Parts: sequence; C-alpha cells; structure tokens
Amino acid sequence: MSGKGLRTLSIATVVVMAGALALVFFYAPLEAEQGFLQKIFYVHVPLAIVTLSGFVIGGLLAIQHLRTGDGRWDMRSYVVIHMSLIFGVGTIITGSIWAKGSWGHWWVWNEPTLVSFLIILLLYATYQPLRFAIEDPERQSRYASVFAITAGAFVPMNFLAVRLSTAYLHPRVLGSTSNLPGSMALTFLVSLAGIALLFATLCTYELTAKRTRAQVRALRRALLGEGTGPRAARGRSAVPALHNPPAAAAGAAIRRGG
Amino acid sequence: MAASLLALSPALPLHTAGKYVAGAYIVLFALILIYVTIMAIRLSHIQRELGELLEISQRNAAEPSLEHEPAEHDARMAIPVEGHQ
Repeated sequence: MSGKGLRTLSIATVVVMAGALALVFFYAPLEAEQGFLQKIFYVHVPLAIVTLSGFVIGGLLAIQHLRTGDGRWDMRSYVVIHMSLIFGVGTIITGSIWAKGSWGHWWVWNEPTLVSFLIILLLYATYQPLRFAIEDPERQSRYASVFAITAGAFVPMNFLAVRLSTAYLHPRVLGSTSNLPGSMALTFLVSLAGIALLFATLCTYELTAKRTRAQVRALRRALLGEGTGPRAARGRSAVPALHNPPAAAAGAAIRRGG
Repeated sequence: MAASLLALSPALPLHTAGKYVAGAYIVLFALILIYVTIMAIRLSHIQRELGELLEISQRNAAEPSLEHEPAEHDARMAIPVEGHQ
C-alpha cells in the first residue's frame, strides 16, 4: 500500500483515535470500584489484544511464507512481529502504571496474566537475535518463519491456560464487552479500533520504508556496479532480504545512459 | 474557542488517579512520537542517498566516454594525487 491508501489509513487512524480519546474522557462514565483509574484500561487492554493478535498474525504470515517461498510474506511477518513487540512494551508499561495506582506495586510476580504476558514478550524478544544469528538470507527467513509459527501457536494456548487456571485475580473489567454498560462498551470498541488502526498504519509505514530502502540499495548497486543479488553488499542483518528486479533494471538502464 | 470548549467539558477528577492515567496515555503518545522520529530520520537518510544516486547518474550521463566505468572509480580518478606527477 502506498500513496492514497496509506494517506487514507493514516487519516482514519487519527480520526478514530481522537474520537476514542474524546469518548474515554468525556463520554464513558466513571467505573464504580476503580473510578478514574479505570480509564487506563481503554488504552491498556486494546494494546494487549492488538499485541497478542499481532503475534498470531505474524505466525499466519509465516505459514504463507513457507507455503509460497515468497520473501514478501517473510517481510510482512517480520514487520508485524516487530511492531507487536513495541506494542507489547506499551502494554507492560501501561499495565504497570495501573498496578501501581490500584495495587500499590509496579509489578506483582504471583499474578499469572502479567507473568504469562511477560513470558510471551521475552519469547518474542529472541526473534530478532535469532534472525541476526543466521547470515544466509534463505535459511534465516525459513528458521524465522518456523519460530513465528511455533511461538504464534503458543500465544492462544498460553492465553487459554491462564484463563482456565487462575482464580481471576486480574481484573476482567473489559475482558468481555458483554458485561459492560453500553457507553463503556462503545468507548472500549472505539479504542480497540483506534489502536488496531494505529498498528496497521505503523506496519504499513514500516513496510513501505523497508521496500523503499531495498529499492534504493538495488539502485545503488546497479549504478555503482557493486554486484547483484540480495547477498551483495548486504552483510549480516536481521531484516529480511527483498529482491527488487525492477529497481535493478532501472539502475542498469541509467548506467547504460538510457 | 478553546476556552469555551473547556468550560463546556465536564470536570475530570484529576486529583485522585490523574497522574497515573496521564502517565499511561503519555506512554502511548511517547511511543508514537519516538516511532515518528525514527521514521523521519530514516526518511532523511533515504532522501540523502537518493540525492547521491541522482548526482552519480547525472555525472555518468555527462561523461559518455566513461559510461561503462563504475562511478566510484570515476570519482577517485578525478581527485589529483600529490607526488605522482
């Protein structure tokens, strides 16, 4: 996606997020037990949902990569997992702030939901080093896809296990919108849509930037005669290699004086 | 206009949990801001690199006799070396 599509997505994200903020602070009523502190959940829970969904989507994209052998799916999987990690850090920080306000502690080690989320985040924190450790781009993308699928399958299993085993210590205020009053449910759904759109927009920006960077590199190689192919002048990198024949062809045309 | 909008809006109970709620939302916006800054830096790198490539392609076009030589080699040859007359 580029040009008009990216612009539309960006505008939609800004509009929905602004609407969500307005609803959170000026429309949704104060929760009876937690009061104003509960407003954190309108950002914390959507961040957590989008993060975990992103990890699963990364696994699905990796399946598509292994099925087709097309490097573009690997790039998409990489970007989605990368962005989910950033959103995961946001989830942990906002959750810790809520915990400090509500429980008086930044972190509670005997709370299964918190610890299981941290385990998932640490698991995915090894994704980048794994990629970086393998120099051959083909092997790197294959191994990374296998990791993404395995870890992606672990996410819903872990979520279900925690749900089934805990005594519901972690508040489920927004765990299911069915228990919420209408105004709170609407606010939560708009917030979720806003965070999901933000995730999609940032992923699209990242993908566009990486494609542009790969095309510029291909053009440089073609202009300077530094060799061809994804391995040429690449060195060790955790970022998936992209093949760009159109850019290389364009560079060759320029070199020929065309 | 902003003042009238603020006057119309309901008062938020910021005195109780305000600092925690503000902190959580500031974290979200800080993450977005950091990301936008990183993207801006990347964009400036791409812009600079494209400028260099444009310069190289223009130089190649202006020197038809050296069109099959790599541009980096051309650049090195154009610099006079002292002591090698």
